[in-house]
Amino acid sequence: MKNEWPLWEVFIRGQHGMSHRHVGSLHAPDAEMAIKNARDVYTRRNEGVSIWVVEARHIAASSPSDKGPLYEPSESKVYRHPTFFDIPDEVGAM
Amino acid sequence: MTRDEALFEFCLRMGDSTLVLGHRVSEWCGHAPVLEEDIALANTALDLIGQTQLWLGLAGEVEGKGRDADQLAFLRDAWDFRNLLLTEVPNGDFGRTLMRQFLFDAWHSVYLARLLKSSDKRIADIAEKASKEVAYHLERSADTVVALGDGTEESHQRMEAALAYLWPYVGEMFAGDAVDAAMAEAGIAPDPAGLREEYDALVGRVLAEATLEMPESRFAHKGGRNGAMHTEHLGHILTQMQWLQRAYPGASW
Amino acid sequence: MYAQMIKTAGTGVKSPEEMTEEERKFQARVDANEKIEPKDWMPDDYRATLIRQIGQHAHSEIVGQLPEGNWITRAPTLERKAILLAKVQDEAGHGLYLYCAAETLGVSRDELTEDLLSGKMKYSSIFNYPTLTWADIGAVGWLVDGAAIMNQVPLQRTSFGPYSRAMIRICKEESFHQRQGYDIMMKMARGTEAQKRMAQDAINRLWYPSLMMFGPSDKESVHSGQSMAWRIKINTNDELRQKFVDQTVPQAEYLGLTIPDENLKWNEERGHYDFSEPDWKEFFDVLKGNGPCNTDRLTARQEAWSDGKWVRDAMLAHARKKAAAKVAAE
Repeated sequence: MKNEWPLWEVFIRGQHGMSHRHVGSLHAPDAEMAIKNARDVYTRRNEGVSIWVVEARHIAASSPSDKGPLYEPSESKVYRHPTFFDIPDEVGAM
Repeated sequence: MTRDEALFEFCLRMGDSTLVLGHRVSEWCGHAPVLEEDIALANTALDLIGQTQLWLGLAGEVEGKGRDADQLAFLRDAWDFRNLLLTEVPNGDFGRTLMRQFLFDAWHSVYLARLLKSSDKRIADIAEKASKEVAYHLERSADTVVALGDGTEESHQRMEAALAYLWPYVGEMFAGDAVDAAMAEAGIAPDPAGLREEYDALVGRVLAEATLEMPESRFAHKGGRNGAMHTEHLGHILTQMQWLQRAYPGASW
Repeated sequence: MYAQMIKTAGTGVKSPEEMTEEERKFQARVDANEKIEPKDWMPDDYRATLIRQIGQHAHSEIVGQLPEGNWITRAPTLERKAILLAKVQDEAGHGLYLYCAAETLGVSRDELTEDLLSGKMKYSSIFNYPTLTWADIGAVGWLVDGAAIMNQVPLQRTSFGPYSRAMIRICKEESFHQRQGYDIMMKMARGTEAQKRMAQDAINRLWYPSLMMFGPSDKESVHSGQSMAWRIKINTNDELRQKFVDQTVPQAEYLGLTIPDENLKWNEERGHYDFSEPDWKEFFDVLKGNGPCNTDRLTARQEAWSDGKWVRDAMLAHARKKAAAKVAAE
């Protein structure tokens, strides 16, 4: 039987209240050890305050060929960005 | 023995144990069963080296003869070392190394918890920093002991053998002497004998989960903490550790 | 260079006419500096070459732990011991990041490890040289990490996303490695007579092996051409070697150490140092397994792997039992 430890994806939230961010992967026999290993491997330089791990095979990903239909429609919705609107200087900060 | 002499001894006991164990654990670097464990062991060793700098630094300060942590670590011979014998025994296989780590971490965490309330602020401060590191060491070593004890038939046998080999070195942690009495009286450090029950409960819990039987024997090898009789292994550790400082006296590195 | 003499799969750079439609699209993305991600279509040869290259890079990191690890228990002060241990630990981390990057291409870490242990895959020639004195630890940080950085910094821009991200993380962590090596060298070069001798001896032994790290000249190589077109190789070996020499000579002068090359001379016209080539016969001997430490290095890795098997198996067995018990309880 093949006995390689499963692969886990590691997400870490840094010091400043940002969202968890994918930082890399590692191997571990189970979730608890994966969190410990993530602590030892990915927070050696004070990088984080919270760790998420998820077994790599459980991650569902969008298909690269869907890139056009998925992301291009939002390109034309420029009014979603504050820079779309011209506010006169005399109104002040907004 | 004055109080400062006792305090000096106490600091050496703490610092020499972390120094020698840190040395042993660092021997794994590049040789562990899997990369993740290699990295984790290095973290443990780094914490222990850091703690050594604090304890031996304080020892030098208390002694007042101008010796710093490096001089104490690199220029004393074996009979002046005050580490627990447990820390100097060879690594053996990965299972024995982790069992030793667990038996040490369990004592270390119980002991440091008391030192947090030390009447000597310098000691309470070191304990404050070290206890956070050691809480993680204990969590990790306990989990690994459980996994290896429970894992496969082979791993179970290896962990049984490791425990049988290491158990006689546990008793020394709780054998108090005049230094301990002086420290307890001054409210600096606890009487080690009083910690045995808590230790046994903690270790017993983990060993049970690891499907390992806690040995009944209370026989204890002694002589590390008071320097009366180390194992033959310490001399070899020092031969390596102190080589450069001894071969090139006075050089700066 | 932690990846040397990587044989690029395929027949060399294809013209757009020779390419399939998919290949043309792929090459256009690479040319536009887009990152290729694991699930994207990629030529089989691109995938195969990357597995070789990233795998060899990862192997170099973990075999590279050994020569420096050789001095952890003999480091001369507590601080030096901690710094060296942290550095060698970083190499393990870098190996781990790189294996994970390779795994996104459909090969497992265990498979790569077995290929290293069987001798099928190589690691950098430099790690087959011994570290004999404490000055070697300084020289390895200064020269070997210095040479590695020359290659790794441009590789942050490589076309394969996971490789690029691993290199970014590695470069960030690695920035202290070369400095700690130079810091050791400064102490030695300004120390006692014995320390100066040690420092000079270290550079005498490690200079040419460091130059070999970049591999033989590949200006004319069709393989390199393809790897460069794919942007998994950014510079030629000669470019990087020259850059390394130009950077290192003034650093050696500052230390008062002599680089063991009588032909080393500033060439005003070229704006570069002229220098002697290393002995390439020695390089190929080392690659074939006849370096001073090849056998020891591989044996150390084989032992770690086989001695660790029961641990890996047991931890997985325990995890499976725990998971089964949890399911049964639900």
